[in-house]
Amino acid sequence: MITKSLYQEVILDHNRKPRNYGKLDKASHHAVGHNPLCGDHLDIDLNLEGEHIEGIAFHGESCAICKASASMMTTIVKGKSLADAEMLIKEFRDMATGTLDLAHPHHLGRLTVFAGVRDLPTRVKCAILPWHTLHAALNSVSTASTEAEDDPMHAPIGDA
Amino acid sequence: MKIIDSTLQPQIDSTLDVAHVRADFPILKLQVEGKPLVYLDNAASSQMPQAVIDRLVRYQTSQHANINRGVHYLSETATAEYEAARRKLQRFINAREDREVIFTGGTTDSINLVMHGYGRKFIGAGDEIILTTLEHHSNIVPWQMLAEEKGARIRVVPINDAGELLIDEYEKLFNERTKFVGVMHVSNALGTINPVREMIAFAHARGVPVLVDGAQAAPHMKVDVQDLDCDFYAFSGHKMCGPTGIGILYGKAELLERMQPFKGGGDMILSVTFERTTYNSIPHKFEAGTPPIAAAIGLGAAVDYLSSVGIDAIAAYEGELLNYATEQMRQISGVRIIGTAAKKTAVLSFEVADVHPHDVGTLLNQEGVAVRTGHHCVQPVMLRLKVPATTRASFAFYNTMAEVDTFIAGIRTVQKIFI
Repeated sequence: MITKSLYQEVILDHNRKPRNYGKLDKASHHAVGHNPLCGDHLDIDLNLEGEHIEGIAFHGESCAICKASASMMTTIVKGKSLADAEMLIKEFRDMATGTLDLAHPHHLGRLTVFAGVRDLPTRVKCAILPWHTLHAALNSVSTASTEAEDDPMHAPIGDA
Repeated sequence: MKIIDSTLQPQIDSTLDVAHVRADFPILKLQVEGKPLVYLDNAASSQMPQAVIDRLVRYQTSQHANINRGVHYLSETATAEYEAARRKLQRFINAREDREVIFTGGTTDSINLVMHGYGRKFIGAGDEIILTTLEHHSNIVPWQMLAEEKGARIRVVPINDAGELLIDEYEKLFNERTKFVGVMHVSNALGTINPVREMIAFAHARGVPVLVDGAQAAPHMKVDVQDLDCDFYAFSGHKMCGPTGIGILYGKAELLERMQPFKGGGDMILSVTFERTTYNSIPHKFEAGTPPIAAAIGLGAAVDYLSSVGIDAIAAYEGELLNYATEQMRQISGVRIIGTAAKKTAVLSFEVADVHPHDVGTLLNQEGVAVRTGHHCVQPVMLRLKVPATTRASFAFYNTMAEVDTFIAGIRTVQKIFI
C-alpha cells in the first residue's frame, strides 16, 4: 500500500516531464550529487542573486523518486531566500528519514507526497539526493554523496 | 485482456518435484505486502531448507564445543562433525583429498586467502595477472591491491555484447610475464557459463595456475575440481542453501603446501615461541582461530540436501525455468534482456525502457517479488554493456513456472504505472 501511494501521479508526472531540467547558461554555484550504491548522479546549477535563488536547473541519471524529488525541489526553491531553502532542505530530510511529525506546522506543502519513503529505507537516499546536492551547491561544495564522509548533510543543517 | 496464458507453461520433464521441494523451505510460505513471496534473488543468497535449519539446531543443542582442543566428549564430537562436513564438501566437488578443502568465511575470504597466501609469495614486479571483464568485485579488488603492492599488472579478458568471454583475446593475453589467472565459473550478473575447463588447460600449458570463482556455479551445476583441473576453486555456503559466514577454498595440495598462511593465530600452528613459529599442515595452516563450526556443519548438511534433490536434476529444472522466463520476457515490448550467452544459468538481467531499476525493484516488491537491482558488484560489466544498472531475477530449483508468471505480470504492472 505504502509503495503504491509513493508512486502517485504527481511523482510520475515530474518523472515524465521534469521541470527545470538541463543546465543554466550562467551558474554562480554548481554541485554534483552521487549515490554510489546505485550509480545515480545529479548535477545542480544555481544562480544566486544576493540572498535569493534566482535560477536553478538540474540534470542527471536517476530513478523516478530522485528525479521527481529534484524536479519538485527546483520549482519550490526558485525565488526563495537561502534561509528558506535551507529550512526546506532540513524539513525534507527530516520527513524522508521519519523524524518530522507532519501533524505539526511545516513548510513542505506538496512535497509531502514523498513522505512514504520513510517506510522504504533503501529508497530514502533516492529522495534526499537532490536536497543533499542543493545543500552542497548553496554551501559552495562541489560534490555531494549519500555515502561520503564529507557529505555536507552530515554537518548540522539549519538550526538543528 | 488476458496477459498470461498458463497453457504456455511447458510440461516439466525432469525428476525434480518442485511442490515437494518447496515444502522443505519454511520461508517460502511467507507473505510480503499481502502477497505470497516470490523469491528471485537467489544469486545474492539462497534460502535454507528445514534439514539444514534442523542440523544447526541439533549442533547447538547437543554437539557444540570448540574443536581441536578439548579431550572431552563435546569437543571430540564437534571436531568429528566439523571434519565430517569437510569430507562432505570434498565429495561434493570431487576433490582428491579432504585436506584440499579449507573452510573460509566465504568466496571473498577464499580469494583473499589465495591473494595473500599465493599471490604475495609468487607474484612480483612486472608480473601479469589475467582477469575477465565479468569478474565480481571480489575477484578484482584483491588482485588490484596485490598489483599495487608488487608493481604487477592486471590484464582483462574482454566480452562480447552477449556477455561471453572472447577466448581468442584471452589466449592473446598470455606472455612470459603471465603468472596467474582468475576467472569466474558463472557470471553473477548475466548468468554466462564460462568455458573454464578449456581456459585452465590453456593456462596450464603455459605453466600458469588458475583460480575459479565458483560462487554462482556450485549451487547450480555439477562441479568436479579434478575434471576442471583448476588450481583453486572458491565458493560460498549461503548461495547453496547453507548458512552465511562459511565458504570453501579448494586448492591443490601441492600448491597449498607451498603457500604462506593468510591469517596467524591459534590452530594454524604446531609450536610457538617468541623466536619461531612452526605452522600446522594443511588445511589447518589456513584455518586460524576458532572457525564458524556450526556454519561448516550446516554447509555439510546443505550439500547433503542438494545431493538428495540431485544436482543434475536441479540444473535441468533451472534450465527449464530460464527458458520459460526468457521466452515470456521476450514477449514484453520495452524490455531488454542483458546477457544472452548461449550457455547460461537461470539468471535474467534486464532493463525496462524508461524505468529505473530501483523503481522496478520497489514496484515488484509490491507484488511480493524479490529481485536485485543495481550494478551487482560488477561495475566493469555495466560499463562495457553501457547500462548504469539492471534488474536481476535469479532463480533456484524451488521456484515455479507460476512464479515466473507472477514476475512477468509484475513487470507489465510496472510498465502500466510508468506509461
